[in-house]
Amino acid sequence: MAKGRVSIVVERCKACGFCVEFCPTRVLALSSAFNSKGYHPPHVVHPEKCSGCDLCGMYCPDFAIFATKTDPVKGGAK
Amino acid sequence: MKADPKGVLTGIHFMDGDHACCEGALAAGSRFASGYPITPSTEVVERFAARVPTVGGAFIQMEDELAASITLQGAVWAGAKAFTVTSGPGFSLMMEHIGYAAMTETPCVFVDVQRGGPSTGLPTLPAQADMMQARWGSHGDYEIIALCPNSPQECFDLTITAFNLAEEFRVPVMFMMDECVGHMTEKVVIPAADQIEVVPRRHTRKSVEDYLPYETNGDLVPEMAHAGDGYNFHVTGLTHDQRGYPDMTLPTQDKLVRRLQNKILNAVDRITMTEEEQIEGADVVVVSYGITSRVAQRAIEAARKNGLRVGKLRLITAWPFPEKKIRELAAKVKAFVVPELNLGQMVREVERAAAGQAKTFAVSHAGGGVHNPEDILKVIVEASRCRTV
Amino acid sequence: MSDSLINDLVNPVEPFLRSDRIPHIWCPGCGIGTTVNSFARALIDSEIDLRSLALVSGIGCTGRVAGYVKLDSFHTTHGRAIPFATGLKLANPKLNVIVYSGDGDLSAIGGNHLIHAARRNIDLKVICVNNLIYAMTGGQTAPTTPDHSTTSTNPYGVFEPSFNLPQLVEAAGAVYVARWTTFHVRQITRAMSEAFQKKGFSFIEIISPCPTLYQRRNKMGDALDAMKYYKEKSKVRNGAPTSEVGMTMTGEIIVGKFVDRERPDYQTMMRAQYSESLGERYVEEPEMVCDCS
Repeated sequence: MAKGRVSIVVERCKACGFCVEFCPTRVLALSSAFNSKGYHPPHVVHPEKCSGCDLCGMYCPDFAIFATKTDPVKGGAK
Repeated sequence: MKADPKGVLTGIHFMDGDHACCEGALAAGSRFASGYPITPSTEVVERFAARVPTVGGAFIQMEDELAASITLQGAVWAGAKAFTVTSGPGFSLMMEHIGYAAMTETPCVFVDVQRGGPSTGLPTLPAQADMMQARWGSHGDYEIIALCPNSPQECFDLTITAFNLAEEFRVPVMFMMDECVGHMTEKVVIPAADQIEVVPRRHTRKSVEDYLPYETNGDLVPEMAHAGDGYNFHVTGLTHDQRGYPDMTLPTQDKLVRRLQNKILNAVDRITMTEEEQIEGADVVVVSYGITSRVAQRAIEAARKNGLRVGKLRLITAWPFPEKKIRELAAKVKAFVVPELNLGQMVREVERAAAGQAKTFAVSHAGGGVHNPEDILKVIVEASRCRTV
Repeated sequence: MSDSLINDLVNPVEPFLRSDRIPHIWCPGCGIGTTVNSFARALIDSEIDLRSLALVSGIGCTGRVAGYVKLDSFHTTHGRAIPFATGLKLANPKLNVIVYSGDGDLSAIGGNHLIHAARRNIDLKVICVNNLIYAMTGGQTAPTTPDHSTTSTNPYGVFEPSFNLPQLVEAAGAVYVARWTTFHVRQITRAMSEAFQKKGFSFIEIISPCPTLYQRRNKMGDALDAMKYYKEKSKVRNGAPTSEVGMTMTGEIIVGKFVDRERPDYQTMMRAQYSESLGERYVEEPEMVCDCS
C-alpha cells in the first residue's frame, strides 16, 4: 500500500504544472480531462509511488492538491 | 456614556484653540494620535504627545501626512479613538485616506487648522479656504461631517462632538479650525468628567457566525468589530458587499455608495448645528462660521444700531450643509450676506439652497487676516437696500 | 463548485482560507498562492494564536492576499499597509501584525514607510512577494525590475538600476532579513515561523513568477520555467552580506537568511524612555480599546 495519498480539488486547478514537476517520485501528470474553466488538472498516474510528502500541496498556488500519509498509526489528516 | 476622568482636565483654563482641541480629544476618550508637524496645527499633537504618556495612550509622529492619515485608522480598527491634525498642504495629502475612512466606515477625526493657501501660502495666517475641499477633497461619492469652532472653548466642546458624531455615524469628521481660532488664547472651562457625554464605539454583540461587517439595519450604520476580537473580518477600500468582500458589480456599488450618502443625509436634522439670533423678521441674514462669525457679530451689531433688521445664522456644522434651513429662510428674507476668509466657498451652498428666493451677497477675503467689520457692514447695508426678489 | 473536502480529508491549509472566495484571481502559475500556502503552514507550525493575528496588505496582486486569508485582514491603500499596521500594533500591542504586500507597493509608493518602520524597528512581520513588476496594473516597471527587462513603461528595456531590497531594509534597520523564491517552499515556511517569533521589524522577500507579464514580455517562458530557473540559479548563502545579493535578469539569485540580529523594538524603547523620564507618572496602557456600546 502506498505510504501516501493525493487528493485533487479539480475545480480549483489552473494547470500550472508545479505539482507534476516537483513531485519527487513522479506520481502525477497533467490529464487530458478539462475542468469547467478549461484547465487540464493533474491526475495520479503512479499512486503506488506516493510517499505522502505533500510537496505537491506545498507548491500548489491554488490550494487544489494535497497529500496525506496513509500510515494507519499516524492516520490521514482530518 | 460619561467621559473617562483620566482624560479630562477639569478646571478653568486660559489656553489657545489648538491646546483646547487636544484636551477635547482626550476628554472624548481619544488615546491615539498620529501626526506630522505643520503650522498652525502642530501644537495640538505636541500637547497630545506631552499628555498621553501620563493619561495612557500613544502618539507617533509619522514620516509624512500620507502615513499619519492612515496610521490613526489602524489604531481605530485595533479599538482606539484616534485623530490627526494638519493644515492645508497636509490636508491635501490626507485626501486619499479620508476617502478610505469614508469607504471603510472608520470613525475618526481629522483636524484642519486652516491657513492661507493655495500651496504653501501663508503658514502662520488664517484662512477658511479648505471648506469645499473638506467636502469634496477625495475622489468618488461619499459624505463627511464638518464642524467649525469659533473660539477656544468651542475647540474643546466641539472636538468632543466631532468624536461623538464620528462614532455614531462611522464616518471621518473634519474639524475645520482656522489659524486665528487655533492660536487665540481665551478662557476655556473644562467641566467634570461626569458632565461630558461621549458616544461609545458601536461594537457588535453578535456571534462570530452571525456577524457581517457591513450589514446594516434601519439607521444604515453597521456594527464594528476590532482586530483581535476573533471575528476574522475583512476590510477593503474596494467596493464591497455586506461580508466586506470585494464585489465590483453595479448593484453592489449602487447600494454601498448610496448608503454611505444616506446614512448622513437621512440624519441631517440631527447632525447640523447652527446658532441663530434675531432671525425672526430679519431682512438680511448674515451666514458665517469660524473666526469670521466673531467679526461678523461686530458688523451685525453696528447694522442693527442703524436700524437695520439683521439676523445671524452661524454654521457650527458646515457639512452636511443645512440646506433646509437656508431654503426656509430664503422665502422670508431679502438677502443673505456670507462673509468668509476665501473667495467664495460656503456662499455657493447658500446661493444654491436659496434657489433664487433671496439674493446672496458674498464678502470675500483672500485670507491672511480677518475681515474689517466695516467691510461686512457695507455689504449688509447694500443687501438691505436691494429689492425683494 | 470547488470542494475542500475529498473523502473526508481536508487540505491542511483550508482553515486559513476564505474558502467561499476560492478559486482566487491570481493567474495560473502565479507564485503568490504558493507563498500563501507556505504562510498557512507557518501558522500551523508556529502554533501562533490566530486570534491575535492581523494581516494588512496594500494594493496590487499580492495585496489581494488579505482578502483570501481567514484572519482579521485589512486591504488598505497603495503603499500604506505599513503605517496602517503600525497603528494597529501601537493601539493593541498584543496583536501580531503581518504586512503582506508586493514589491511595487512596499518599495516604490511605500518606500518611505518601509524605511522608517525598519528604522524604528516597529514589531511588524513584512512579507514582500517580489515578482519584479507591477503586475495588477498590466506590467509596468517596478523599482525591483532587473536591468534590461522589457515592461510596458520601458518598452525598449529598463535602464534604471533596481533596488536590492535586502540591502535597503538592512541599512534602514531591520532585524530579520531573508530572501527565498517560491521554489523554496519549506524555507519560506521556516523563515516565516522564525519571523513570527522575533520581536522587531522582519522582512522576508519572496521572488515569485509573474507568468502573464514579466515572464511573457521577456520571453522567459511560463511560471514553471521560472520555477525551474529559481531551482537552477538560486544559491543559498545564509549570512551573505546584503550588498552582494542584488539581482539581474538572468543571473544567479542569492537566497537565504541574511540578517538576524537583536535590537530593541519601538515599543520597548518607547516604554523605556517614558519610564525613565516620567517615573511613576508614566501610565502604560496595554490596549487602547475604547469602551464599547
